[in-house]
Amino acid sequence: MASLTALLSKWPLIRQIRERADGTGLEAMSDKTRAMHARIDDAQVARSICPYCGVGCGQLIFHKDGKLLSIEGDPESPISQGNLCPKGAASYQLLTHSRRETKMKYRAPRAKEWTEISLERAMDVVADRVWESRKRTFVHKQNGATINHTTAICHLGGATLDNEENYLIKKLFTAGLGMVCVSNQARI
Amino acid sequence: MPGLGTSFGRGGATTAQQDLANADCILIEGSSMAEAHPVGFRWVMKAKERGATIIHVDPRFSRTSALADIWVPLRAGTDIAFLGGLVRHLIENNLFFREYVVPYTNASCILSDEYRDPEGNGDGYFSGWNEEKRAYEGDSWLYKGGDLSRPERDLTLQHPQCVFQKLKRHFSRYTPEMVEKICGIPPELFHKVADALVAASGPKKTAAVCYAVGWTQHSKGVQIIRAAAILQLLLGNIGRPGGGILALRGHASIQGSTDIPTLYDILPGYLTMPHKGDQTLQQYLDTYTKKTGLWSGYPKYMVSTLKAYYGKRATAKNDFGYSWLPKLTGNHSFFEFLYDMLDGKMEGMFLMGQNPAVGAPNSRLQRKALSKLKWLVVRDMVEIESANFWRESPEIDRGELKAEDIETEVFFFPAAGHAEKEGAFTNTQRLLQWREKAVDPPGDCRSEAWFMHQLALRLIAKAKASDDSIDEPLRALDWWYPEDELGDPKTEAVLTEINGWYTDPVAGVGDSSGNESVVFGIDREGNPHHGKQVNGFAELKADGSTASGCWIYSGVLGRDGVNKANSRKSKDYLGHGWGFAWPGDRRIIYNRASARPDGSPWSERKKLVWWDWDSDKWTGIDVPGFVKGKPPDFEPEVGAEGLDAIPGDAPFTLHEDGLGWLFVPKGLQDGPLPTHFEPLESPVSNELYSHNTNPPEHWIGTRHRAMQSFHLC
Repeated sequence: MASLTALLSKWPLIRQIRERADGTGLEAMSDKTRAMHARIDDAQVARSICPYCGVGCGQLIFHKDGKLLSIEGDPESPISQGNLCPKGAASYQLLTHSRRETKMKYRAPRAKEWTEISLERAMDVVADRVWESRKRTFVHKQNGATINHTTAICHLGGATLDNEENYLIKKLFTAGLGMVCVSNQARI
Repeated sequence: MPGLGTSFGRGGATTAQQDLANADCILIEGSSMAEAHPVGFRWVMKAKERGATIIHVDPRFSRTSALADIWVPLRAGTDIAFLGGLVRHLIENNLFFREYVVPYTNASCILSDEYRDPEGNGDGYFSGWNEEKRAYEGDSWLYKGGDLSRPERDLTLQHPQCVFQKLKRHFSRYTPEMVEKICGIPPELFHKVADALVAASGPKKTAAVCYAVGWTQHSKGVQIIRAAAILQLLLGNIGRPGGGILALRGHASIQGSTDIPTLYDILPGYLTMPHKGDQTLQQYLDTYTKKTGLWSGYPKYMVSTLKAYYGKRATAKNDFGYSWLPKLTGNHSFFEFLYDMLDGKMEGMFLMGQNPAVGAPNSRLQRKALSKLKWLVVRDMVEIESANFWRESPEIDRGELKAEDIETEVFFFPAAGHAEKEGAFTNTQRLLQWREKAVDPPGDCRSEAWFMHQLALRLIAKAKASDDSIDEPLRALDWWYPEDELGDPKTEAVLTEINGWYTDPVAGVGDSSGNESVVFGIDREGNPHHGKQVNGFAELKADGSTASGCWIYSGVLGRDGVNKANSRKSKDYLGHGWGFAWPGDRRIIYNRASARPDGSPWSERKKLVWWDWDSDKWTGIDVPGFVKGKPPDFEPEVGAEGLDAIPGDAPFTLHEDGLGWLFVPKGLQDGPLPTHFEPLESPVSNELYSHNTNPPEHWIGTRHRAMQSFHLC
């Protein structure tokens, strides 16, 4: 009998009648709802910045076991105070959408399709191509003046790369390889 | 850079977005801020709640116009006529902020007798025009005597050759009636705007200007920004709370991509990329070092950059490796090298976060150019059009190009997203904000830092195995970075290099331990690599004893070992304690101008930085943008150099004279004052001058017309 009462009392309606409540309080909860919690409760959080425009809104990126869970506005940011615009609020999808490429691809000269190539192999081949092009086109002197440059390898970068990445690009491409054709879209 | 940089000294927004809330009037022009920068726009709305007047000048009625108090539709491309009209209105009616203008701007400076303005014969030309070269040359825009450091001044602004009188004359025909004729703005509306701006000017009031790509995308964007700078200087709004010019950058790190540029003509911190004529370090430094002001430190910044690039291989004996730096032989921007691509002269290309096959003008030409490359590396998060132009493009569909004829070898590298790597963006208000890494990138996705690092290791190994002299710069390149399990270089180690350090290695330091104030002090071979970090660019030296990858960012990771870009405790409304604003964590630059010449605040309501007579130093809410102990009445000695030559009441310390430049005596190619010309595409003739378009624009016009809209910032 006792177990039957216990069993019945799991039914929210019974609790509602017994407690003479209106069914909108705790008495309405089932075991399932009682066990529910926010997705991010036991997640880790990374402090981040929105990758879109120049406002620079603060983001909290919640993740667990190496998987992204959600991206929210950072309430402590003095600029955005927890807000994100529709684009920034959807930046989770920028990282997780189904069209995102995660495989290295190679297209041989005159080929009609991509072929597979490992990341390591691709890096080796690209290094070879840079090396050969540079050897072929490097100019040490022009009309007696030392210029140490090549104008046959170019770089076109975006303005959503990190400062540290831009720094390495300029250091290797310009200071190391002598590339002068280095450009991006920023005009301030 | 030229617009803001030549007017004030630095190519960056002068203020912070939060500070817009303190404005009494906000003029938004060339931007639909409510739509394109919606979260930044909340500060405009805050200002409006506090009673500020919001003005939106734009041909299109947008959400920004809907939220503004005054919407001013103007004909596209006529911004200089409108702003010039406001400048004339302030001058003719004596409505400018004289107490600010006289001491803080170059209004009183006497110009060379050779200077001629376009009013002379009404053709739109300034003096110095060379018809053959279709360019301005010579020194006729300089101050009298040619020395920018110590200009002759007339504080009454009456001298016929002074900047103020020239400015007055230059804009004398920009009347409200002319504004109506050119811009289509009726005089009543023009006066409404003028009255709102004047009402928000003076010791107790300030107004801010916001612009975005609606200005910078114009072929004459620089001169539009100059016109706004003149307006803001005349109203006394630069360097003061609720004032300033806020350039709204389009991407997360547009500001960062020019501060640490992936651009051909500058080096980090706006140092000039050496030209073929700059053969030795000494020649180069002689050309670009200014005698007075902050740019007198040019040798320190440059040598420290070379030390960051070439490490211990850069010595005084070899000019710190200066000859290894490639020299420019012309214009190597994308607009120019595109033609080399089309001609088959370009062998290889790296695309990192750009998609010219659809993103740049004349996409057919772009795709054709790509098909002429020997090899192409594309790094992106999706298979963009520039990666698969050989397979899917209108040219392939039409049969104009065939995959089997295209020789280009394409490498597509999937890229890591913003949550999958750590590093800093520099936002629209010069604020470096660090992103922590949340998760590893999926599959083959990697960061650009990983790619550059892995490529560098391979190329440097090849160079070390070669004895070819052209590989010397690669062999000398200081690629010391420690790496993580994925093979990514530690980006905080890169940031430390950007910040700068003393080059003498400290023996026995632990990696990242903070021992002896050295962060990441161990190189890849396990040897001590550098000494303690510098605390700011004031510590940099020209003798090779310091290195700094970007002098203006110095201080972001100083001797306390704290990555300030990642600091997250905002202490005040300007956000000190949250991120790091260059230079020196200053949130509103030129803030010496927030105090009167005598050092006291203009008013209680607008106080920011002031001179404290008790402690004999500058103090305030922001980090003072001035030599801390230099009193307001300081008079430099004759012949003084560097910052010692800047008087105690001259807030614009990057300029040789310390003044805000209403008139730009040096540094612009198309005129010292903004002048209204019709856009290249305009169907109507110029009401003001006999030349429809800006003379120097003709030569770029024919070739670059299709390219102008590429300017995306």
